[in-house]
Amino acid sequence: MSQLTVNGIRVDDTFAEAFGMRATALTITANSAAWAHQAAVTMTGFATSVIGCGCEAGIDRSLNPDETPDGRPGVRVLLFAVSTSELQKQLQNRVGQCVLTSPGSACYGGLEADEELKLGNALRFFGDGWQVSKRLGPTHYWRIPVMDGEFVCTATTGLSKTAVGGGNIIVMGASVETTLTATERAVEAIAAVPDVILPFPGGIARSGSKVGSKYKGVVASTNDVYCPTLKGTGRSALDRDIASVLEIVIDGLTSAAVAEAMRAGVHAILLLGPERGALRISAGNYGGKLGPHHYYLKDLLP
Amino acid sequence: MSALIFTLRDTPSQRVDLAALTPDRLLGLSESKIAAIELQTTRVRLCAGDLFKIRMGEAMQIRFEGGHERFDRVGANMSKGEINVAGDVGIQAGRLMQGGRLAIDGNAGPWAASGMKAGTISISGHAGERVGGPLAGETVGMRGGVVVVRGDAGARAGDRMRRGLIIVEGRTGIHPGSRMIAGTLIVRGRAGPLPGYLMSRGSIFAMNGSDAVSPTFTDSGVHDLVANSLLASYIQKYSADVAASLRRPWRRLIGDMAVIGKGEIFCPSVLD
Repeated sequence: MSQLTVNGIRVDDTFAEAFGMRATALTITANSAAWAHQAAVTMTGFATSVIGCGCEAGIDRSLNPDETPDGRPGVRVLLFAVSTSELQKQLQNRVGQCVLTSPGSACYGGLEADEELKLGNALRFFGDGWQVSKRLGPTHYWRIPVMDGEFVCTATTGLSKTAVGGGNIIVMGASVETTLTATERAVEAIAAVPDVILPFPGGIARSGSKVGSKYKGVVASTNDVYCPTLKGTGRSALDRDIASVLEIVIDGLTSAAVAEAMRAGVHAILLLGPERGALRISAGNYGGKLGPHHYYLKDLLP
Repeated sequence: MSALIFTLRDTPSQRVDLAALTPDRLLGLSESKIAAIELQTTRVRLCAGDLFKIRMGEAMQIRFEGGHERFDRVGANMSKGEINVAGDVGIQAGRLMQGGRLAIDGNAGPWAASGMKAGTISISGHAGERVGGPLAGETVGMRGGVVVVRGDAGARAGDRMRRGLIIVEGRTGIHPGSRMIAGTLIVRGRAGPLPGYLMSRGSIFAMNGSDAVSPTFTDSGVHDLVANSLLASYIQKYSADVAASLRRPWRRLIGDMAVIGKGEIFCPSVLD
């Protein structure tokens, strides 16, 4: 593969291939930032990949009290799925089990869109007849009596059909430590980009997958060409100096947000340099025929 | 373009129906057509041109210079634009209003905002009885929109209200929020006796208590609810003072248990 070298780091001349997804955003608030964060973390747990979790979810950013509808500290959460019905199911289950149950929480639609998903309109039945409907101007709220007072949520939240999932950066380095350091720098940089989430643990996936397997019924399996222990087996994509590979997967509400996140991540890795960080950067794709969104690394360079 | 102005020539000799003088009805009409609109409610013919001196302007912005308690149905059925009245109005101001803004710089008679669906009405003075309420034979009163009364309101404010918001900055007469179906009624002054009489759902704020609360309401204790801070944020632009004093814990009374008992009255934590 042809490569460029920037700041001593090899950049593959390739692209990340991403897919259209359905997405929504929520604003979760609580009496303290810590409890808002707790509700958000719980709700976005086990949401790393649509392959096995039904959805991909994460925290976009923390919100100051003056940015939330009820004037309390909050967290903005994004949720992505492959279909509207799956997104609706995941939203309902996750908010119902993880936010509704969290002390002092409230949950508001965080996205304005023409199409909507049910939020309070689905959860209100928990109120068993004691729920209260309140329309304040254009916003419809449900108040559901719970054991610490009331759970308040909006009736609906916006549905985006133009969200993008699967933007990615593959980070390769000479050791486990330097590769992780470079990837962590990229994650920190991407955290500042709005409207994107990194669904994997701490934003990083160490077990990137390929489509299919030698075994029947297994839809995804280890990305063997990037496994350093399989160097020398013939199919490896790794150079002799690479000993560790990590991947950042990015989901965004818009294609522009995903591109901006990839740009921020790539810049952070290049800035760190090869001594302390990565030796090589690449991106994952399926030949360009499966996903409509292509992000070429050479377009994202400084 | 400046506002379309109706300046009152003289005290009307009979009650007049001003429902015809709304932005919806006047848009595109010439001065002579407007002057010929009949407003009488008796057999004596009275046209707009007889009652008012008309200065043509933008029909989306109508201004009445001078009002009178015989000015009935001002802004009735209006769906857009703005009507300002410098003076008092009679019965049914903003009746069945569907949108736009009606500002009365004076007092309003009974049934202001009767059956209102959307839009905003502000009354700088006092409002008569049954603000937002239904007329005889109707089952539902106000079903949307916002009404702000800076002064006092008469008996049965918010009667049979279905949705929307009424803010009374002063006091109310007897039975505020009677037979409420849903919606929100805020009374900053003293609420008249028996608030929420036969209310099924809905919220009433008796921010300075009431002379008598029906024994068919039960006390659920003092609560600092998120829903009330959302309400405070929403009413900020209508009544900043009320919004500020809303953000605190309130005693929540549930009722009226004489009917389904899913309504609520928020009142000071210590009832006197």
